[in-house]
This record gives sequence, structure tokens and C-alpha cells, in this order.
Amino acid sequence: MPVQMPDINLGLMLPEILVTLLAMALLLMSAWYGKEGRGTIGWMSIFGIGLAALAVLSGGGSGETTFGGQFLDDGFSRYMKLLLCIATALPLIMSLNYVRDQRMDGGEYYVITLFSLLGGMFMISSGGFVMLYLGLELMSLSIYILAAFRRQDLHSSEAGLKYFILGSLASGILLYGISLIYGSFGTLSYAGIAQVLADPHFHVGPVVGLGMVMVIVGISFKIAAAPFHMWAPDVYEGAPTSVTAFMAVMPKVAAFAVLYRILLVAFPSLHDQWGPVLQFMAVLSMAVGSFAAIAQTNIKRMLAYSSIGHVGFLLIGLSTGTIEGYHGVLIYLTIYIFMSVGAFGLILILNREGVGDNIEDYKGLSRKRPYLALLMSAFMFSMAGIPPLAGFIGKLYVFMAAIKAGMIGLAIVGVLFSALGAFYYLRLVKFMYFDEAESEFSMPISVSSQAVVVLSGVIVLVWGVFPGSILGVTEAAVRMFQ
Amino acid sequence: MSLSHYLVLSALLFTIGIFGIFLNRRNVIIIMMSIELILLSVNINFVAFSRFMGNIDGQIITFFVLTVAAAEAAIGLAILVSFFRNRATIDVEKIDTLKG
Repeated sequence: MPVQMPDINLGLMLPEILVTLLAMALLLMSAWYGKEGRGTIGWMSIFGIGLAALAVLSGGGSGETTFGGQFLDDGFSRYMKLLLCIATALPLIMSLNYVRDQRMDGGEYYVITLFSLLGGMFMISSGGFVMLYLGLELMSLSIYILAAFRRQDLHSSEAGLKYFILGSLASGILLYGISLIYGSFGTLSYAGIAQVLADPHFHVGPVVGLGMVMVIVGISFKIAAAPFHMWAPDVYEGAPTSVTAFMAVMPKVAAFAVLYRILLVAFPSLHDQWGPVLQFMAVLSMAVGSFAAIAQTNIKRMLAYSSIGHVGFLLIGLSTGTIEGYHGVLIYLTIYIFMSVGAFGLILILNREGVGDNIEDYKGLSRKRPYLALLMSAFMFSMAGIPPLAGFIGKLYVFMAAIKAGMIGLAIVGVLFSALGAFYYLRLVKFMYFDEAESEFSMPISVSSQAVVVLSGVIVLVWGVFPGSILGVTEAAVRMFQ
Repeated sequence: MSLSHYLVLSALLFTIGIFGIFLNRRNVIIIMMSIELILLSVNINFVAFSRFMGNIDGQIITFFVLTVAAAEAAIGLAILVSFFRNRATIDVEKIDTLKG
């Protein structure tokens, strides 16, 4: 029997191929050079991510597919991959010193980060469930390892174990959902499913709904949307701070890209089934994010709940089922990356100065390190959604889309929770500005972390005042879902 | 044997796996066995659908799932070993040092 080779165009996968080759080369290098090559490997991996981002910029977005439609390359994947590279590179740059101080820099740290970036890129470009599953597992398995990376530390290995158990359960549920969808439609590609659904004779049975909900549940675990968020606070707290900064942003970009693909390419006609599911999760996430964060004493835990709340706002936009909503989600997600990276970058910098993870440790920061306190307040105000900072623009567009889609109740609930959430962000600001310090700061601040934090701060401010530049780019990226 | 026989078997295995994770209060190894059970129940689903629909895709994804399950087990056991070195137990109720 002659075997027919499918038409494979490797040129579309240039960024992925670059990252793969780089990761393997760096793994060999780290084994070869041992302890001398430490710093070099970190900078080389950052340089490589930059190269991959350039490859995305120069070649991406043609709209072609390869590997039998499993791998897509369009405007949306181009924008999301660029965002993913930023969400990986920025945490990596600011954690170089931290990683060295914590003795985690065997070289594997960077290689595993690169592999999880690779998994995220495949998720973004997935045109079907096979590619989605493989990308998701590559990303998640790498992050389990990263969470447990400080292996002499009980908290870190416990965080890794918890993340592993709940993450694998989520993958199992996702996979079961995929199998039900496969059984109902007879195909694993998103476009194929949409084709079957367009047939008026096709009867949408309960199995389709069950499969779709299970897939949504599986992905909700990865973005830590309530009620599937229980792992997030523990893992954020226990994992090394550089890893927390990374996994607060990177998996969210990839998982939201996948939600776009599944819900808007495969199941757009079933919006009245998945819309309420997302709305329910959105309200619950916002509630958990606002109420549970108030009682926290650990700043990493507080930011974990804050990220759950942000996911709630993002889900509002996605649940509207309108192009304005999808646009709003992308704006919010982009801004969220910079706010979150900035806040975690400041925690990393202050960690080095001997400030612990307790919120109380931030007392009196404004007198010791006035400009770090100013930046931290900027990120907190932005997360709370106070103008003229960028976080406000994100919330504005999401809520506007909800009102336009006739979901006024949901928008009002969102605004109320947003106001409630402002309480704990402002509490940190109060500690920094109005309380007396209890400890002394001494260590010098690393230049690279500072550069990332200042960059994020500038972006949060500039996009808050002049949002025009980001609006155009994100609108072009979501246009294909119209 | 009809398709529904396979689907019921797979659904049963999946349920046992889920309950194994949530009801088990003793040992993390049992949780890992439950995760494997879930993945294998999915494989039964895929192969059954594939066979009865005459579509090969389901059998191909089964191989991917098997491969990923092996990698997952390896990583999970490695994390478990490092946890055991720090805590000297793998009792599920002793995974409790992180709490807010």
C-alpha cells in the first residue's frame, strides 16, 4: 500500500524550530560547561527567545496551515506568540540574579523554561485537539518541574506535587472531553467540527455539551478560574518567586489563546451553551479574587488571588460572544502581563534586599526605597483599575463589551467586585506609605531586574494615557474571529 | 459487543479514577495510579470510537496519550521523591505546610 505523505511546510514553524534547537543545544552546553557556563546560558536563552520573536514578526501571519490542518499560522497566532515570548523573556531577565542566589542555575532552569515556551507556542498554533493536548502537556509538565525546582526546600517540592496532581487531573478531564467530542463529530480538528456543526441535519446531543464542558473545565484549571483555582494560592506561594512570576503570565496567554480557538472556531454556534458556563465561572472567580485576597498575609498568595480575579474579568469578555468582547480580553491580557511581571519583579528585587514575602514587610518602603514604592503603587493602582493607568483601559473595554452585548447585570457585578478588590491593593500602598519600617534594607539592586520593572511601569503608564497603539494591534489580531 | 459496552466500561474506569483521587486519604502513589486509570479510560474511548466510526485519528492520538502518560508518571514520581526527602512521608494528609 503506497503511503501518501501529507504536505508539510516547515517554514511556518520556524519560531518553534528555533526554540527547540536552542533548548537542546543549551542542554548539551550546560552538561559540557558545568558551573562556569551558568550566566552565559541564561543570557543565551533570552537572546534565543528574542530571535524566535523576530522570526514570528518577520514570517508569521500568512493564514496557511500545515500538518493536515493541525498547525495554524495566522494573525492571531502571530500576536499571541509575540505576547508569549514577552511573557517568558521578561520574567527570565529579571530572575537571572535570583536564580543565581538560590543556586538553581544548573542550566536546566532555562532549558525547561524554553520547553514550556515551546509547548505554549504549539498550543497557540493548534488547529486541532491533538496539537492542543501535546502543547498543553509540554507546557504543564515543564512548569511542574519548575515549581518544584528548589528541591531542598519543602515548600517548593510540595508546591510542585500539588500542582502536578491537580494539573494531571485537569489533563485527564480535558482528554475525556476531547474523546467525547471526537466520538460525536468524528474529527479532531476545530475547522472540521465547525463544518459538522454547520450541517442543519446534525443533532447536538447531550454528549457534545458534556464533552465541551469537560474541555472548558480542563483549560480552566490551567488559567486558575474559580471553582478550579484551589491549587493556585498554594503553588504561587511555594514555588520559587521567579517561577511564580513566570507562571502567573505565560500559561494564561497560551490557555486563553486555546479558549479563543476552541470556542470561537470550533463551537461558535453553541455560544448559548458555553456562554453561561463562562459567565458563572467569571462571577465566581471575581468573588474569590476579591474576598479571599483580603485575608492574606503573604504577598505571593495575595497576588495569586488577584490573578484569579483578573481571570474572572477576562472571562466576562470571552463570554459575551461578540467581537468587542474578544478584543477587550486581548487588551486586558496584554496589560495584565506587564502589571503582573512588574509586581513580581519588585517582589524579586525586594527579596534580594532581605524583604520577606509577608505584606507587613513592606511597611515604610516609601522612605527607604522611594522609587520602588512608587512603582509598586503604580502596579497596584493599575491592577485595581484606577485611571489613568493601563489596568483601567483593560477593564473599560471588557465592561463596555458586556454592556453592548446586553449583559448589564454581569457588568455591574464586575464593577462592584473591581471596587471591592481595590481594598487589598490599596492596603499594600497604605503599608508602604503610611507605616513605619521595622527592618533595614542593604543589598544593591540588580540592573537587569530594575530595567524590566521600570519598562513595565512605563508601559502601564503610557498605555493608560495613550491606549491607541495597543488598540489597533489587538483589533487586527482578533479580526479573524468576526 | 456494541459501542456502548466500551463506553460504559470507560466511563466506569474514569469514575473510579476520579474517586480514587478525591476519596483516597492515605497515599500519593494511589493518586498517581488513579491518574493513569483516567488516561487509560480515555484511551479505551478513543479506540472504541475510532473502530466503530472507521476513522483512524482516534487510534493515533492513543499513542500520543500513552507517551505523554509515561512522561507524566516519570515527572510525578521525581517530584514525589524530592518531596519525600524533605518531609519523610507521602501521606496525603501531610501535604499541608502551605496554607493561608
